Amino acid sequence: MKQLLTGNEAIARGAYESGCHFATGYPGTPSTEILENLAKYKEVHSQWATNEKVAAEIAAGSSAVGARTIITMKVVGLNVAMDPLMTASYLGVRGGLVFIVADDPGCSSSQTEQDNRMIAKFAKIPLLEPSDSQECKDFMAFAFEISEKFDVPVMIRMTTRVCHSKSLVEVGERKEVVISPYEKTQKYCSSPGLARKNHARLEKMLVELEEYSNHTPINHIEWNKKDIGIITSGVSYQTSKEAFGDNASYLKLGLSHCVPKKMIKDFAAEVGQVYVIEENEPLIENEVRLMGIDCTGKDKLPNLYELTPEILRKSLLGIETEATNTIDEEMPPRPAVLCAGCPHRSMFYAVSKKKNAVAANDIGCYTLGMVPPLSVTDTIFCMGAGISAGLGMDRALRISGQKKKVYGFIGDSTFFHSGITALIDAVWNNHNIAICIMDNRSTAMTGHQGNPGTGYNLSDSDGPMINIENIVKAVGVPEEKIRVVDSYDLKAAIQAVNDAEAYEGVFVIINKGPCALLKDVQKERADMKCRIDQDKCTMCKSCMRIGCPAVVIKDGKVSIDESSCNGCTLCMQVCPFNAIEEVKR
Amino acid sequence: MNKSILMVGVGGQGTILTSKIMSEGLLRQGYDVKMCEIHGMAQRGGSVTTQIKFGDKVNSTVIGTGEADVLVAFEKVEAARYLHCLKQGGALIVNDLEIYSLPVLSGAAKYPANLEEKLAEKFPQAKIMNANETAKELGNEKVQNIVMLGLLVKTLELEEIDWESIIKEYVPQKFHDMNIQAFQAGIKYIKEENHANL
Repeated sequence: MKQLLTGNEAIARGAYESGCHFATGYPGTPSTEILENLAKYKEVHSQWATNEKVAAEIAAGSSAVGARTIITMKVVGLNVAMDPLMTASYLGVRGGLVFIVADDPGCSSSQTEQDNRMIAKFAKIPLLEPSDSQECKDFMAFAFEISEKFDVPVMIRMTTRVCHSKSLVEVGERKEVVISPYEKTQKYCSSPGLARKNHARLEKMLVELEEYSNHTPINHIEWNKKDIGIITSGVSYQTSKEAFGDNASYLKLGLSHCVPKKMIKDFAAEVGQVYVIEENEPLIENEVRLMGIDCTGKDKLPNLYELTPEILRKSLLGIETEATNTIDEEMPPRPAVLCAGCPHRSMFYAVSKKKNAVAANDIGCYTLGMVPPLSVTDTIFCMGAGISAGLGMDRALRISGQKKKVYGFIGDSTFFHSGITALIDAVWNNHNIAICIMDNRSTAMTGHQGNPGTGYNLSDSDGPMINIENIVKAVGVPEEKIRVVDSYDLKAAIQAVNDAEAYEGVFVIINKGPCALLKDVQKERADMKCRIDQDKCTMCKSCMRIGCPAVVIKDGKVSIDESSCNGCTLCMQVCPFNAIEEVKR
Repeated sequence: MNKSILMVGVGGQGTILTSKIMSEGLLRQGYDVKMCEIHGMAQRGGSVTTQIKFGDKVNSTVIGTGEADVLVAFEKVEAARYLHCLKQGGALIVNDLEIYSLPVLSGAAKYPANLEEKLAEKFPQAKIMNANETAKELGNEKVQNIVMLGLLVKTLELEEIDWESIIKEYVPQKFHDMNIQAFQAGIKYIKEENHANL
């Protein structure tokens, strides 16, 4: 039966059908839905891990015992998981071990556009690049097979367009794979002596893999007109087909590391001109050029952003499609913003009033604290840096004698991910920082996944809830330097920020309130609204400075859009004229 | 020949659900279908786009300059923002609705005046309808997306597909009637308009 599935749903289906036992990972767009869909199959145990490094280590351990295991992450997640990936490559696998990495050409939701195919090459592991959902499912089964055959982890490199595009998939039944009883082994005990042997093993494996690559059906040729021969992989295959159709022949690489050199040589000999079409970095092109084959690739194509049929037509065929009528006027931008009723808003508002504040921020919804009018944020590096980059800023400001107060913003899931080590560093090195842990009881930006503070995970709903305040106390922050603030209580937020400002040392504010988009919260607050009494409103626009999208100005009057307002009352709390009231709809 | 539909709107308007229903219907009609829903930070009030392509065999889901057969805009500024993607002679469907982004609310940017008139002037065949008003009359503003689906289905002349059963699969039972009324309102709007043109 054929179903319309996204690439992410198809990966989950493929893992299920090919006997996957265990799946872990950390949520991150565009990869999140893989594990969420896999959790629907009770035959596979799926669980979110605290971060990608932990996930990769859990997966490596699971594979060492013999379970077929996958680990999922977004593009930058692999940076966090690099350490276990490199060693797992050396040590090999017992049960098939597959890293599913979702790259994001075009940066629709990521802080880098890195091409992680280069990492597969660097880590000396096989690389698979599906181009549509059917291939996502098929390559998943294939990945387990070659992982076990070559005794090495495998990377499936997805891209946003593959992850989030639906196409037709022929689904099948699950084939159970039995985990044989564990026998004691030291194969997985890395040591310098073993590393030397394993490096040699990997180099030998790569020679065998290249030979295999020449014969596997997932690398194949489609003969059409032979004036142009296109070597391509992943979604670039679809892009190329759209632009060239039957006017070119294709060498489509599903297994792109190692590239099939003999196949490439034979293909190149048959066609007039070789084009290598791939998104981002010239991974395949470099191999082709090293073989001494003349080709067209990054000399004409950008290594930035998504490659589109439009770009290929223009760059390689000289064809430009004309736009239809347009309106010759600049359209206002529509950036993402903190939602109406967002529990993060009050803390950002309180800090926005501090003129000497410098703020490190983190990856998550609170990133949006940087958006005007709140504009609180000086740095955003990566997960965890909402605290640690703040420590560096504090140190450098103090070294140079600049009197500023450093604030560090981090979410609850992010705190568990990689904030705790930074908090310990803050205490250990006597830093002066006010750390605001934005505990909205959810991994919200990626769609409300559980985290260690929520007690629920994919396959379990009754795990322990790990208490953030207890962790903060345990690492040595004195109780009187900790504030737990109700996120809808602006007065408490302002008081906490004032207290933090007056203190030199590590001060922690836990800003507590559930994400306004959580289903339970939406249900509970469905009838709660705020309304402006137009007779009392003086149009001072104080309420507009909280940056709430529900506070709108229309026909010369400030009003509240009741369909999006959830009655958080923050606008009411900042109104100097008591012109805003709470109402029940 | 493949056909391309570009849907654009604002996070929370239900563009993705509409695209899913549309794709499911096309699948049942026997087409090869691909649909792309890149949704990074969309839920937080940003612009959302989805692309649907259908035909004998679909390759890329990307819709570039001058490539969309139909542009379905759930909001006027979004219509204008993506007009360049519309093919020469392509169909334009617009929800006559203004949603102000934060830069507009804070006064940093201006919402263009009389956009619906400018769109109608450039595209005399454009279907411009306030789907939110219709949805409100039916009892819930949220079903505006299904009104838009009705407009799209009628524009592509795909009424023979059993849309009502697909809609029922995708929305909770207690909203079935309202959604089906919304769908019919979209279909009817174009029918009446055509009648008037005769």
